[in-house]
Amino acid sequence: MAKFQISRRKFLAVAGLGASGIALSGCDAFDDQLGTGDGLRNFLEGANDLTYRAQRLLAGRDRLAPEFTEADIRQPMRPNGITAPDDDAYKGLFADNFAGWRLEVSGLVEKPLSLSREQLTAMPSRTQITRHDCVEGWSCIAKWTGTPLSLVLDQAVVKPQARYVMFHCLDTIDRNLSGDIKYYGSIDLIDARHPQTILAYGLNGKPLPVENGAPLRVRVERQLGYKMPKYIQRIELIDSFTNFGGGRGGYWEDNGYDWYGGI
Amino acid sequence: MRQKGRGMDAIATVDEGQAQARQSQKGPLVYRQNRWTRLTHWVWAFALFFLLLSGLQIFNARPQLYIGKESGFGYNNTILRIGAEDTNTGPRGFTEILGYRFDTTGVLGWSGPPGSESARAFPSWATVPSYYDLGTARVIHFFFAWTLSATLLVWLLAGLFNGHIRRDLAPRSADIRNLRRDIADHIRLRFHHTGRYNTLQKLAYGGVLFVLLPLMILTGLAMSPSMNAVLPFLNEVFGGRQTARTIHFTIMVLLLLFFLVHMLMILAAGPINELRSIVTGWYRTDPPSDGTNASGRSE
Repeated sequence: MAKFQISRRKFLAVAGLGASGIALSGCDAFDDQLGTGDGLRNFLEGANDLTYRAQRLLAGRDRLAPEFTEADIRQPMRPNGITAPDDDAYKGLFADNFAGWRLEVSGLVEKPLSLSREQLTAMPSRTQITRHDCVEGWSCIAKWTGTPLSLVLDQAVVKPQARYVMFHCLDTIDRNLSGDIKYYGSIDLIDARHPQTILAYGLNGKPLPVENGAPLRVRVERQLGYKMPKYIQRIELIDSFTNFGGGRGGYWEDNGYDWYGGI
Repeated sequence: MRQKGRGMDAIATVDEGQAQARQSQKGPLVYRQNRWTRLTHWVWAFALFFLLLSGLQIFNARPQLYIGKESGFGYNNTILRIGAEDTNTGPRGFTEILGYRFDTTGVLGWSGPPGSESARAFPSWATVPSYYDLGTARVIHFFFAWTLSATLLVWLLAGLFNGHIRRDLAPRSADIRNLRRDIADHIRLRFHHTGRYNTLQKLAYGGVLFVLLPLMILTGLAMSPSMNAVLPFLNEVFGGRQTARTIHFTIMVLLLLFFLVHMLMILAAGPINELRSIVTGWYRTDPPSDGTNASGRSE
């Protein structure tokens, strides 16, 4: 019996040492390898392409995101990011109740468009109760009403070489040496033409409030929140996003987030 | 020359004799872990290390866990919250579980080098990168999520074909009968080194490989808005996306507990021998003289 006592004491001492060794180890060892453009980072980012391909393969073009019932709407839609644009141009449009606002559709299209709010709301609309998932980890269920983006694209007649839709927004998200950075982001044409991808002007049965992106935001229901720009001013059809901002496809993407926010 | 040669022979003979004596004291080496087990074990160890550190970083972006389809902002469905608050004695970190609040200053909620502490749920030594960076943590997390899933699939196929799962992991009726005694043996740190896993080992390894890791992958997929379109029932099974996130976190805690017990058992059962078997495959068994127990449980 005595033999067990000793070995147990020794065992506990060794175990204690091991545990404190783990606790003392810092995790800054990888920090300088993980910035965008670093070799290790680029290698790890290869998995994002795999995720994109796998999810495109499985979800296809038209698989719908789950929709919920009125009973699931238990709270106002949580606003996030920019909730009150401080830009003069935006404030001027807001003061006028967005009467002077136009949605420009440009780039690789046969017929560039300039649509007023009335023109957009006069088009067929879709209403859907969906769950908004933020990249941070929270979710919020709300009812969105808007014009299917595919209808707008059809009206503008997309040229065959177009591959992405770039959203240009009115809100300043950041500043750098060359001036204000307005929010921008892109999705591919599969998501742009998805039946649930709408240019939303209504939220929970009311006009879209400023904090949630008035006058117009996009809903891309199979991706995370940062892929759904608010305060949209212009939609540009492009074949590559390398010449926009940092070249990674959007504001958050330029700051290290994956371009495909499907997970 | 001859004498020297004879001398060396003699030494060799003595060595051999000693080795044989040691061998008979120690029991024979057996080939316990095949190459698939060893390879996948170390890939998992590596992947899980980075999944944990990047996962804690991701959690830090929203250090709250909820029950249900969504996060309650207009109502309360929070079951865990890690945060910081100002008090009379300066900022304190706290952890709130099911409404019970604990002061966790220095580790959870408020931590950092003396003088430059900051509000962060998990401390910087437990996250990768060490600074706050959700985007990078996601890149790391999904890379190793693919690694883990692919390795689990390889292990499953290899284990089915080479008989490892059926022969070594599946509990038999003798294991179940032996459960009580095996628990008692573990509590007393009395280990029997045989070619086979004991009952608790089978349950622990099987539990991790067939329950915890698959659940981890499934709750991870349940959080993906794109996968929700592919497998809409997944969220319903788990009770909503936020419950799936809570389960994902809970499994992390369970895996961490498994890891701690795993390390303690290795230390207690003989770290050199245990490490050798998971590196080279060869495992030193108990000598046959102690054989009543050993042979009894090698069935």
